[in-house]
Amino acid sequence: MAEVKLYGFWPSPFSHRIIWALKLKGVEYEYIEEDLSNKSESLLKYNPVYKKTPVLVHGDKPIAESLVILEYIEETWPENPLLPKDPYERAMARFWIQYGVDTTAALGAFYHGRGEELEKAAKELLESLKILEEQGLGDKKFFGGESMNLVDISYGALGYLLAAVEEVKGVKVLEPSTLPRLHAWAKNLEELPVVKENMPAYDKLLAFVTGSMNRLAKN
Amino acid sequence: MAADEQVTLLDTWASSIGMRVRIALAEKGVKYEFIEQDLWNKSGLLLQMNPVHKKIPVLVHNGKPVCESLVIVQYIDEVWKDKAPLLPSDPYQRAQSRFWADFVDKKIYEHGRKIMTTKVEDQEAAGKKDFIDTLKLMEGELGDKPYFGGETLGYVDVALLPYCCWFYTYENILNFSLEADCPKLNAYCKRCLQKESVSKSLEDPKKIYDFALKLRKKLGVE
Repeated sequence: MAEVKLYGFWPSPFSHRIIWALKLKGVEYEYIEEDLSNKSESLLKYNPVYKKTPVLVHGDKPIAESLVILEYIEETWPENPLLPKDPYERAMARFWIQYGVDTTAALGAFYHGRGEELEKAAKELLESLKILEEQGLGDKKFFGGESMNLVDISYGALGYLLAAVEEVKGVKVLEPSTLPRLHAWAKNLEELPVVKENMPAYDKLLAFVTGSMNRLAKN
Repeated sequence: MAADEQVTLLDTWASSIGMRVRIALAEKGVKYEFIEQDLWNKSGLLLQMNPVHKKIPVLVHNGKPVCESLVIVQYIDEVWKDKAPLLPSDPYQRAQSRFWADFVDKKIYEHGRKIMTTKVEDQEAAGKKDFIDTLKLMEGELGDKPYFGGETLGYVDVALLPYCCWFYTYENILNFSLEADCPKLNAYCKRCLQKESVSKSLEDPKKIYDFALKLRKKLGVE
């Protein structure tokens, strides 16, 4: 079996997605930490279009963009399937994964927002998450049903990362009172060994988000 | 297709992402009903079939809706898998196809929206050069292949081809020439329009430009 390498960035949920998928499939890989302020030759060679992490390199073949990598992992290592077999159910799973792209943008606006803009961004993020909770998750424990699948993997940031951003901003969005089912989902996800053992330590992440936000404020 | 199979497409005639679905259905030889939507006065059917985004395109297959153009195209490819495969069979090639289709979404579709909502005099500042560079990057990726899919039309072609009828509009608003700046892409469009599945799914570029101008006036940028 050709060797698998993952170029990642430790605080980034885009990188964590790939780690969780590889672990769930039982794939051995080498993890290479990237310093995004000083990108390696390898990263620039393997992802010339975006120059970002994560990048998966299988043998000598690079794949970039986390959602593309997730589908590649699913197809290359079909054991322990992370997408439904039925085409309609797969389309629904992909729809909700795609919805997450908008959620990520809303999370970004929340992260960057200040004053009135922050209030507006928090409100929009809440509305976006309400739809996800009601129509995406419903009464299921995970998006994948009884166990996590690619949809759950794609929403990982809503747990620990959102919590860190909420703490730094002093504004809460994902709470038991506002989003009870989604809040419970995030807690359940983080109890799963594959997630628990492969996410950054909260205080380290908090320090990173705080530092990152301070740097933004200076500019 | 089974006699009792019902395929409906909720779409608008000028939509570049709606056209993706039309090309995919045409490639597969799937008969369907096209229902033109009024996005300024959304139908009960659209709101029922896409309650999350309330947008087109929506494919309704035997009463069940599928939303998001590339999700729909993948669904079509998987359901009508015996004819004209759009995604390759090799996982690495599939990943490359998904990467470039996503690139079309991020860099061409998104910028296309920006072009439409920006005044002519602000287009340079809004990234005219980046847009043309993006088209050149696509040209590089096409290389000497007849299609992005190789010898036959593939997933990336389906994602990109609708722009062949929108380029005339972008050329006029941005003031550039596709033939001069991206001759390979220009030739690619001409070549693909020879295919019935493409020519029947796209609209007349001048009609699109007329539509675009009217929309820009409505949005206050023209």
